[in-house]
Amino acid sequence: MNIKDLPDEDYFTPGHTACAGCAAPAIVRNMMKIFGKDTIVYTPANCLLVFSGTYPHLAWKVPYLHEAFENTGACISGIARAYKKKGRKVIALGIAGDGGTYDIGIQALSGAAERNEDAIYVCYDNEAYMNTGIQRSGATPYGAATTTTPAGKKILGKLEHKKDMAEIMRAHEIPYVATLSISHPKDFLEKVKKAKETEGFRYLHVLSPCPTGWRFDPSKTIEIARKAVDSGMWTLYEAEYGEITKIYKPKKKIPVAEYIKGQGRFRHFTEEMIEELQRWVDRKWKRLYGEEP
Amino acid sequence: MIEKLPAKKMVITGDYAAAYGALLCDVDVVAAYPITPQTLIVEEFSTFVNDGITDAEFIMVESEHSAMSACIAAQAAGARTFTATSSQGLALMHEMLFVASALRLPVVMAVVNRTLAAPIGIWCEHNDSMPERDSGWIQMSCEDNQEVLDMIIMAYKIGENKDVLLPVMPCLDAFILSHTVEPVEAPSSDEVAEFLPKYEPQAILDPDKPMAIGTFTPPEYIQELRYQTHVAMEKAKDVIKKVTKEFASKFGRDYHGLIEEYRCDDADVVLMTIGTVTGTAREVVDELRQKGKKVGLIKLRFYRPFPAEEIRKIAENVEAFGVYDRAISYGSGGPLFIETRHALYGLDLPVLNFLAGLGGRDVVKGDVEKMYEILLKAKEEKPKEEIYWIGTRGVEI
Repeated sequence: MNIKDLPDEDYFTPGHTACAGCAAPAIVRNMMKIFGKDTIVYTPANCLLVFSGTYPHLAWKVPYLHEAFENTGACISGIARAYKKKGRKVIALGIAGDGGTYDIGIQALSGAAERNEDAIYVCYDNEAYMNTGIQRSGATPYGAATTTTPAGKKILGKLEHKKDMAEIMRAHEIPYVATLSISHPKDFLEKVKKAKETEGFRYLHVLSPCPTGWRFDPSKTIEIARKAVDSGMWTLYEAEYGEITKIYKPKKKIPVAEYIKGQGRFRHFTEEMIEELQRWVDRKWKRLYGEEP
Repeated sequence: MIEKLPAKKMVITGDYAAAYGALLCDVDVVAAYPITPQTLIVEEFSTFVNDGITDAEFIMVESEHSAMSACIAAQAAGARTFTATSSQGLALMHEMLFVASALRLPVVMAVVNRTLAAPIGIWCEHNDSMPERDSGWIQMSCEDNQEVLDMIIMAYKIGENKDVLLPVMPCLDAFILSHTVEPVEAPSSDEVAEFLPKYEPQAILDPDKPMAIGTFTPPEYIQELRYQTHVAMEKAKDVIKKVTKEFASKFGRDYHGLIEEYRCDDADVVLMTIGTVTGTAREVVDELRQKGKKVGLIKLRFYRPFPAEEIRKIAENVEAFGVYDRAISYGSGGPLFIETRHALYGLDLPVLNFLAGLGGRDVVKGDVEKMYEILLKAKEEKPKEEIYWIGTRGVEI
């Protein structure tokens, strides 16, 4: 699967109102090219809900449902079962943000995964509640400044590290878990295609750099996504039934100091904070690659 | 599809009646989470599925919030859905109840009325369903297990009516009905299929005709949606009357629409009850009538839509009107009392509120006699109080 093999037909169309440089429309548009017409989309409360259309405008060309925030896992279960009963094959696709996945939505997600519902869950992870104005979530990295973890006089940003959501999903031993990045399009498309071709519960987790919330130049979205992968802040892998079957290792690992450069949310970082973030990356590296970084 | 089921007489619990009612309606998707005293409903339905009596999809979700979310999504995808809950479970669903009604999806949910904590209890109180008054659900209460089964069938017929398209919540009292066996006549699956045609959704999530449901909507449009839902709820009154009439002619059991009158014709005072207390009140009315007291009874079936007109018509001809409540709106009165006074605005008669059976305490004949005694006295002299806490320690009446 390569970019040139992608169908021309779009199911997520121009005319949406995402911020300049937002990764989410690129993620959704390219995924939808592969998932195709017979897809029913659910989105909880998130940026995508708002920028994909305010009634009576809509960027979607497939059936689309919104109910609430914390229930993506349950809603895609309902869609999948209704169509199973009808005997018609459709993709029940949920697209949630990190807040709707890591925090308020983790219960419904875990339930749907445990039941192995025949559905696809996508988490587009911009590492904070961007839709409500950049509040910290369980996905926000250590030290990052958000509106609820500001770089204050006493406390500098978020005190806790990012939760490893993909690993939580891997522990559910579902048919397919994959982490994706738009900086690696071939890998991205192959994983989406594999998710489409797999049955049962599938979880795709995409890093979605956010120029507004991360405070970087909107032209740098892809570059920052690539640096996240190269530094180990974001690891690309896929897992089947709980076993990692493929993992991408950067040819040259860059230090986190290089990743955080140019992102306003890390501007206040001290040397100690950089070291703490690096230690987190190194622990994760060791766990996932089974070797010292 | 369900197996062909013959008409039969069964001795069953209220919970079984609810589950069997949903089975007879050939529901496509059930999503539910167990909670005492609703558990028997999900257990019975699981048995129907695992015994192959129905090919319905049963989603055993991880919470009531997910149960309602999944039902809404399945219904939006064109399925006829069913769920059931109680108390804390209903409170957890609260957010989603508004979504079901605003998206005009006729989900049917049996609610086994149980006290809402704190303190935690499992017995009958109506303080779980009554706070859902404004959720846009048609809400009704059953008197016995036969009514539970019949009401589930009627709920689909009412909710799926094109003039209504609202979710329906038949309620049954915890343990008094849910876990108590009574003889119940069940119609055959063929008869039910004749009465309740296949669900034909108005708008569904269909890849061949893509549309968006529940999108982000600005103020330019929402107020009209609210108005339309209100109109639908008003229209439901006539539909309920029509459906109960049709049900009566087909199955021989007449539930008289929104309310049922009992010996109200020449009554001086009338008490309005809800749920299982009605059965006790009927007996008290008969006994008082034998003693020459002109007392009547209204069984309130529907809380939403509220039958204000029907109640007012009866109240116009009586000298005192009592309202029984099994829930309290702190700082005001029982929910039905508040509603009734609003319905009777401008009528010159005492309207009194009787609170009893909260937290699941038994309401016995003596309690109902007390209510009538107060009403008969109020007809003679202006009562000092409006709200009476029957059988409450520390409260003098």
